[in-house]
Amino acid sequence: MVGLATVFGAGGGTSSYQEVETTDLIVMWGSNARNAHPIYFQHVLKGIHNGAKMYSVDPRRSETAQWADLWLGLNVGSDVALSNTIAREIIHAGLTNRSFIENSTSGFAEYAASVEEWTLEAGSKVTGVPGEAIRELAHALGNAKTAQICWTLGITEHHNGVDNVLSLINLALLCGHIGRPGAGLSPLRGQNNVQGGGDMGALPNKLPGFQDVEDDAARTKFENMWNVTIPSKNGWNLTQMFEAMEHGKMKSAFVIGENPAQSEADGAHATALLKNLDHLVVQDIFLTKTAELADVVLPGSASWCEADGTVTNSERRVQRVRKAITPPGNAHDDIQIILDLAALMGHSWKYDSSEHVWNELRSLSPMHFGMTYARLADLGGIQWPCFSEDTLEPSYLHGRLWAQKLEDRGRLAPFSVVIDSPPVEKTTPEFPLRLTTGRRLDSYNTGVQSGGFQSPLRMAETIDMSPEDAVSMGIVDGEIVRITSPRGTVDAPARIDDGLRPGLVFMTPHFPDEVDTNLLTIEAIDPKSGTAEFKAAAVRIDKISKSDIRVPVAGE
Amino acid sequence: MSTQVTTGLQVRRSVQLTIDDQSVTVAEGETILSACRTMGKEIPTLCYGDTITPKNACRVCMVEVEGSRVLVPSCSRKVEPGMVVRTDTERTDHSRKLVLELLGSSVDLSLTKNVARWNTEYGSEPTRFGKPAAPTNHRDEATTGHHHVADGSSVSNVLQPVKIDNELYIRDYSKCIMCYQCVDACGEQWQNTFAIGVAGRGFDIRISTEFNVDLTDSACVYCGNCIQVCPTGALMFTSEHNMRDAGTWKEEEQTQTDTICPYCGVGCALTLHVQDNEIVKVSSPSDHSVTHGNLCIKGRFGFQHVQNRAE
Amino acid sequence: MDLKVNSSVATRDERDAVDSVLGKPTQYTQGGQRFEQDLRVSRAGEALRNLRHMLLPTLHAVNDRIGWISRGSINYIAQQLDIAPAEIYGVASFYALFSTTERTMRQVHVCIDLACRAMGGLREDQLPEGTHPSPCLGTCERAPAVLVIEAGNPARHEVLAPATPVQITALAKGAWPDAEATVVSATPQVATDSKNLVLLGRIGKVDPLSISDYQEHGGFDALRKAMQLGATGVIDEVNASGLVGRGGAAFQTGRKWGAVAGQPAFPHYAICNADESEPGTFKDRVIMEGDPFALVEAMIIASFATGCEQGFIYLRGEYPRAIRNVQNAIDESTKHGFLGANILGSGFNFALSIVRGAGAYICGEETAIFNSIEGYRGEPRNKPPFPVEVGVFGKPTLVNNVETLVNVLSIVKDGGAAYAALGTEGSKGRKLFCLSGAVAKPGVYEVEFGITLRQLIELGGGMRNGSTLQAILLGGAAGGFVGPSDLDLPLTMEATRAAGSSLGSGVVMVLDQSVDMVDQLRRIAAFFRDESCGQCVPCRVGTVRQEEIVSRLAKGVQAQDIELLRELGTVMRDASICGLGQTANSAIDSAINKLKVFAQ
Ligand SMILES: Cc1cc2nc3c(=O)[nH]c(=O)nc-3n(C[C@H](O)[C@H](O)[C@H](O)COP(=O)(O)O)c2cc1C
Ligand code: SF4
Ligand code: SF4
Ligand code: SF4
Ligand code: FES
Ligand code: FES
Repeated sequence: MVGLATVFGAGGGTSSYQEVETTDLIVMWGSNARNAHPIYFQHVLKGIHNGAKMYSVDPRRSETAQWADLWLGLNVGSDVALSNTIAREIIHAGLTNRSFIENSTSGFAEYAASVEEWTLEAGSKVTGVPGEAIRELAHALGNAKTAQICWTLGITEHHNGVDNVLSLINLALLCGHIGRPGAGLSPLRGQNNVQGGGDMGALPNKLPGFQDVEDDAARTKFENMWNVTIPSKNGWNLTQMFEAMEHGKMKSAFVIGENPAQSEADGAHATALLKNLDHLVVQDIFLTKTAELADVVLPGSASWCEADGTVTNSERRVQRVRKAITPPGNAHDDIQIILDLAALMGHSWKYDSSEHVWNELRSLSPMHFGMTYARLADLGGIQWPCFSEDTLEPSYLHGRLWAQKLEDRGRLAPFSVVIDSPPVEKTTPEFPLRLTTGRRLDSYNTGVQSGGFQSPLRMAETIDMSPEDAVSMGIVDGEIVRITSPRGTVDAPARIDDGLRPGLVFMTPHFPDEVDTNLLTIEAIDPKSGTAEFKAAAVRIDKISKSDIRVPVAGE
Repeated sequence: MSTQVTTGLQVRRSVQLTIDDQSVTVAEGETILSACRTMGKEIPTLCYGDTITPKNACRVCMVEVEGSRVLVPSCSRKVEPGMVVRTDTERTDHSRKLVLELLGSSVDLSLTKNVARWNTEYGSEPTRFGKPAAPTNHRDEATTGHHHVADGSSVSNVLQPVKIDNELYIRDYSKCIMCYQCVDACGEQWQNTFAIGVAGRGFDIRISTEFNVDLTDSACVYCGNCIQVCPTGALMFTSEHNMRDAGTWKEEEQTQTDTICPYCGVGCALTLHVQDNEIVKVSSPSDHSVTHGNLCIKGRFGFQHVQNRAE
Repeated sequence: MDLKVNSSVATRDERDAVDSVLGKPTQYTQGGQRFEQDLRVSRAGEALRNLRHMLLPTLHAVNDRIGWISRGSINYIAQQLDIAPAEIYGVASFYALFSTTERTMRQVHVCIDLACRAMGGLREDQLPEGTHPSPCLGTCERAPAVLVIEAGNPARHEVLAPATPVQITALAKGAWPDAEATVVSATPQVATDSKNLVLLGRIGKVDPLSISDYQEHGGFDALRKAMQLGATGVIDEVNASGLVGRGGAAFQTGRKWGAVAGQPAFPHYAICNADESEPGTFKDRVIMEGDPFALVEAMIIASFATGCEQGFIYLRGEYPRAIRNVQNAIDESTKHGFLGANILGSGFNFALSIVRGAGAYICGEETAIFNSIEGYRGEPRNKPPFPVEVGVFGKPTLVNNVETLVNVLSIVKDGGAAYAALGTEGSKGRKLFCLSGAVAKPGVYEVEFGITLRQLIELGGGMRNGSTLQAILLGGAAGGFVGPSDLDLPLTMEATRAAGSSLGSGVVMVLDQSVDMVDQLRRIAAFFRDESCGQCVPCRVGTVRQEEIVSRLAKGVQAQDIELLRELGTVMRDASICGLGQTANSAIDSAINKLKVFAQ
């Protein structure tokens, strides 16, 4: 969200799901929504059946790409190169939205100059995509009345993830595909409440409602309500926390509902650091790998069915979750656990319900003010912002950019000069294959939740490779092979996938107990967002004899 | 509380018509059925579902429209200005009675809502056509355009064994009224997976994968969106099927709670059906703007992780 | 789309058959070889969705080549056309000429329908090994008929009629109807009331395969005249003629043309309904076999008048000779500039093609044709919207029967008024009757509206020797029976309507004393059960119950069964989606009420 916040001041997707149903052009960039966000993709399909054209940009010919009018199979990590090439083509073909650029953006000249080197030939060379296909996408974007640009982890899980996002925002600005019904940018969140976490201030630099920690007025408001002093400087993001642990500056941690021991790109390293802490408290509904390292484990409740509250989805819709079942054994409502902790620390916080907590939030966060529990229930959730109890705002953000009067337009949206920066880890003769990662339809993250049900679709972890690579390495479908990166080695059965091209292999993060893909991925971190480069490691595949197969040992 | 919606507002013109001598005004584009419902009139429906374009296949909802030679399906016919509609004439009642009898004599309607009540209301006696034929295993092998000539000694039906080929849901086509909703939900109207289609012709039509292969060999992605729309219980969570078999399914004791899917960031609305503190099935509100009743495999079936309670 | 196909792979033959229609795949994803470019780009989406209408011809190609629709071929078609296998299976299994289970290359379809069984043909339980039953083959004037198909490259199709049981057995064993037999049988038996035939004038006189012969006999004069009149001029003449549709529903043709011409949405499409499958009907076949250029010319005029640039002739799959002759007429007309771009220098462009049906009576229903052409199951659609507004491919569409269209040639040439002067007040112009059964000279008869049943039978040489009249079926299985006392009924729309019957598609099937009427009724009931598309309950289940009750009545008459039939008839007529269900009880009802077939 850093990218969107930088340009527009608000860290959320700009459009509602329903707008993709009526748009003219849909660009799915680095997103296999068909598998990773299936119900969002239903809205995309409505759009397609209503006549929208769909383009897919993805190294793999994914399930999403198979729906596209045109799939562009770029090299892993060449997104900026592709987008800059598209931008130059749009500019040279005279397809920019000139009045929008003039009235509502800043920094165009510098940006235009920066993409000038990206001719179709140059772009094609770096991305691997034929110039003709790049040209077609550029013209589609330039000619569409409205376009939706959607992305997911394929864009953000790179060492330059924020630049990738900025480069897509540039394209939207070039053509004015923002701030109008059906025109906008839709990042799809991997986890159900990432957006809500941000909304509620679970960010090192934000208070609830995206109010800046370093803004004195905002802080004062909270300080008055809570009767405490809030530190006036931004805190650490996750990467910085791990760095702080490494340097001994952070000695204890309270982890709620996260599993960094398995979800971090370099899982072994994260585990070592967590082990090293003086004190680790984990509050979760599972005894995760992280919880196993903890000094204290607080059994929480499953927020979606054992507790009341709200979550926010990728279209900024705040929705109610409700208690349907009683949590087992000693597990408690998370709010209650925190209240109990506070009480132990000598504070008697009085909240009699989740609604009570929510109403306090509403009083502090103007963008949530209009969202009473009753309205949330009536309207099937409400998109933020919602400033008053009897109105709703447009379903898209940044309509202000189209305002007649300059003063109503707010801060003009800046173009960002973004420089192509290939994956940190180059393929080499020793590690000649590019490993990228992604999700399967029936599994989720590290598989803790999705492992609970019997899926007829489920296959154990595999290393997916192109038919050509399989032939050249003499590997047959299902054969167990060894995958080695500069950081580690895992064994997994090969699966032949003709959505992959030679040199490109694919794995998922879903089965860390059997095949810990994160042993292979690299720790290169985007300094701007703290997201790790899951999408581009260099690996080698070796055939192995049966007796050599490594049986994973628990806790290894 | 007024909700002023500032975007996406479409002003729809209103249409005035007469239903059973009463004048009624509804928005343009509404159906006769929805007009009747705003007046509080009940019209029986079987194949109609609120998330699928009406296929108007069952013909139980027929009404008389002045000027029309034949009866008109209220679930799909749009209102027109000045339309004169009658919902309870001898002809409409006769059609409803016979449709209920025809379906009742060929399909197991035991789990289809309201049928027993309508049978009484319209005087339907599905058994009066004669003795039902025994269930068969061969409905999937019918030859199109040709059947064994009936001898009249028994009444043909669609009774057949339950199809159980995966862990998540079962298909009991003895209960299928061929409303087409599952096919449309799996197909172009929602899921666009097209794992199931309508095969065969005439009385031999059936819902089928290609060549009747098991779901596990088909394109099925187990989103369960077909189960969501099935009005007859032909498609059912395995959990429900097993509990029904064991006699432990107690719908009256269940609670239904709306919440949000715990998986990806789309944020789909779920309705959890809970019996004895166990989630026994998951549906989704059909009027929700995110889902329209649809979910993916994770939202639909991925609830076990809160129930694997090693004590 | 994200297709999932299983491991069955098409054989070389099957691929070749598919490619013969679709061309070799240009992309790896469509089942082609994998080239460098396939690693970086692929195209699907709308470009492939727009090919859906190629599905039916492609299924034909496979069925023609290997005799059935195999799993491998469905998978390959799925890849080429981006359609899910389950959908393709649903379409393939809709049609009786296709099979989704393996079968022999030789298929012998023996007509067991009304005229044939009345004329000593075999019943379904008497068929020799290796043959199977078929509904009416539209060759009733030469009953009993048999259609033989030999899959291969190319496949061969031929109808043999009349066919003896010995001949049928021989066909099943691999014999082929000898050339002479098929040539003889191809000559339509046209009997007439006058020398001035208008609709049938060229049949038997001109070479149906020769465009020059056609032109020497007045061919394309009407088209030239139409171009002088202009589109509205043509519609004015058709309106003035009082012509109504000959496909069964008797809708005013001029009004339909005007409605299509006036639609703002484009393109417009023209469809000729040549699916003639109503038992006892064969007039359209006779025209298409004997004067195919006339149909092509009429389609050009209709399309010119209504603003259609593309037309389809939806032609029954069981009519091999008609398909060959009409295809030849299209090819020749294209070669001579009557089809294609800028026809006769008028600036009018028109492309015409045949869509071959695959064995489904319901596909003669006009909206079912749309689904069939578009590559979906041939199920009727809801009306409204009506075809003139929302027809094939969702666009305004003109649908007319073959005979309706051919009438337009004389209307344009001689003027609508002249046409309207013929016939009666309520039934204008000329009409073709399909006279079959126990008459001396069965065949297609062109008459001016107004003659009586008796006169028509006399034209047909009277009853066959030794036959006395038992009943006459008017309008086909969807029509009704009349008895010997109705011989003075005028064959007009108004008179038959008043008599509680209908002219329908012009069937006059004469049944003599040897015919088992109960057997005829059982066959009619079985016909509708087989041909119901199955969409709606009154028809899908109603036709089954009807057959069961008729069979029960055949064993012993019970008053409550008669009452049940009546109740069934009412719901089918009132509540079925389309004309099939709505008329499925009418012939049986008339037999019970008029002929007292089940009188106790
Ligand atoms: C079950 C059914 C089958 C039909 N079959 C045919 C047919 O084979 N040929 C035909 O011209 N019309 C047939 N019709 C009538 C058509 O629906 C339509 O009315 C006709 O093609 C219109 O053309 P016309 O106005 O020239 O008659 C059929 C109708 C029904 C309900
Ligand atoms: S299985 Fe259910 S949803 Fe599908 S057609 Fe049958 S009754 Fe309708
Ligand atoms: S049901 Fe599927 S698409 Fe919807 S939120 Fe859950 S995981 Fe995401
Ligand atoms: S009446 Fe019969 S043929 Fe017509 S739509 Fe209904 S089921 Fe199909
Ligand atoms: S509910 Fe209207 S036809 Fe079935
Ligand atoms: S050809 Fe046999 S009944 Fe018509």
